[in-house]
Amino acid sequence: MIQVESLTKYYKDLCAVDQITFDIQKGEILGLLGPNGAGKTTTLRMLTGFLKPTSGSVRVQDFTIDKDVLEIKKLLGYLPEEAPLYHDMLVYDYLNYVANIREIEKDQKLSRIRQLADLCGINEVMHQPIGELSKGYKQRVGLAHAMMNDPEILVLDEPTSGLDPNQIVEIRKIIKRIGKQKTIVLSTHILSEAEATCDRIVIINQGKIVADGSTDSLKKSVSRSNLINIVIQDADFKAVKNELATIDGVEKVTQIDQTDNHLHLRLTCQAAADLRADIYLKIKQTEWILLEFHQATQTLENIFRELTKEN
Amino acid sequence: MRQVIYIFNKEFKSYFVSPIAYIVIAVFLLVTGWFFFMAFFLYNQASLRNFFTLLPIIFSFVIPTVTMRLVSEELNIGSYEILLSMPVTFTDVVLGKFFASVGLIVAMLIPTLAYPLTVATIGELDWGPVFGGYIGAVLLGAAFSAIGLFSSTLTRNQIIAFIIGVTICFTLTLIDKMLFFLPRSLLGVIAYLGADFHFQNISKGIIDSRDTVYFVSICFIGLYGAHLVLQEKH
Repeated sequence: MIQVESLTKYYKDLCAVDQITFDIQKGEILGLLGPNGAGKTTTLRMLTGFLKPTSGSVRVQDFTIDKDVLEIKKLLGYLPEEAPLYHDMLVYDYLNYVANIREIEKDQKLSRIRQLADLCGINEVMHQPIGELSKGYKQRVGLAHAMMNDPEILVLDEPTSGLDPNQIVEIRKIIKRIGKQKTIVLSTHILSEAEATCDRIVIINQGKIVADGSTDSLKKSVSRSNLINIVIQDADFKAVKNELATIDGVEKVTQIDQTDNHLHLRLTCQAAADLRADIYLKIKQTEWILLEFHQATQTLENIFRELTKEN
Repeated sequence: MRQVIYIFNKEFKSYFVSPIAYIVIAVFLLVTGWFFFMAFFLYNQASLRNFFTLLPIIFSFVIPTVTMRLVSEELNIGSYEILLSMPVTFTDVVLGKFFASVGLIVAMLIPTLAYPLTVATIGELDWGPVFGGYIGAVLLGAAFSAIGLFSSTLTRNQIIAFIIGVTICFTLTLIDKMLFFLPRSLLGVIAYLGADFHFQNISKGIIDSRDTVYFVSICFIGLYGAHLVLQEKH
């Protein structure tokens, strides 16, 4: 559906996006993940034809961005960050204006606007100026704007930023629902969001792709060590440390916290081995009382931090 | 090209939704009305000569206030990005906004038709120069709009856009009054550049192709400049 090839963008001497290459399949929800200033927005802007790439190419279906920008714009719906809309226009007037520019047939215009108002939940603000709306409603109006022509591809730049938790869940639901038939590219720096909504994640850092794959494959690729968290009552850290360090495969024992007489520990183990049984048996031989015992799975947070650490 | 009409509609409406149009029109009528009728009875002539003499200077202040927000505001709040994510070309954007400004200027001139009508009731008014004057006024307004639109694309700050616009328009208006500072060899060229010179020709009732070409080329240069700046930002 979309092919991005060695896309590069320089702002004067600053390299914002450096030789990015990836493909997006039809019907995929792709999450573009990265810390602030990684080049997410710049990438999306080049994808939508708002910025001209310094070099590299973008193909959408059979169109290339240099030659057929207008055709690509007809296929795309784009919601920029912060949803910058005309403040003095009424929501209805604005959507009507967008419908006109998008060349929606006159007799279908009203029903399309109604449909979008229902979908995005903006019925109650249709006759208010956009400038007076709360952040969440502005974002929804922006989403309605992006979906006006029922685009094949929806590009969303941080669609849930500034929304309250209920709205976030709602917007995610909408994205999931649309994503069944359409292709969606969204950028975010919230990892749980990417995990919850996306089929595939591309992590970029300092303008380069550092990881690309489904959430599961990303988790597998990075986990070099296994973490086990335990909480023990009535025990001395030194004694526990000495005891547990004797187990084959345990690399490090660290104390995370101590409250009352509860000792919180983290064991770093070699990835290959499953040491849970050994650890349990070891503790069973002693007088300590085991309160909690769980293996920490590699979360996306850890992967993300590991991949985007400054060198 | 239908996009031009939609953008024009939106921009023209937004002048009247916000207080801009009413304030600008009120101030324009007040200033022109005051200066025109103050001297009108002293001259004791049934003509609009005085009104049209003043128009270029008044326009060079009023029109930049109309055009300054056209692009600057969009750049400032970022709605420009949304506009360009829709299937429109730079030409659509520039022309739509340009015609909206010209539309407002026409709306601003319509109430001044009360002046010739009043004058015609109290004296023998020669309608030829009046028609010429109004055609010239629209041409002049269009030329200054193009300049204002161009200066609005240069910056995201409306005040700066306004000052640049006023400076260019004011220079074009007054340049043929400054000729005695200039070397003789340049006189012809500089005099030709003056907007006031061409406007006064038309407002005498003589619609010459040279003057029309001048205004049309100023429009073209301004709009093309705006187009280039937008393309550069892209």
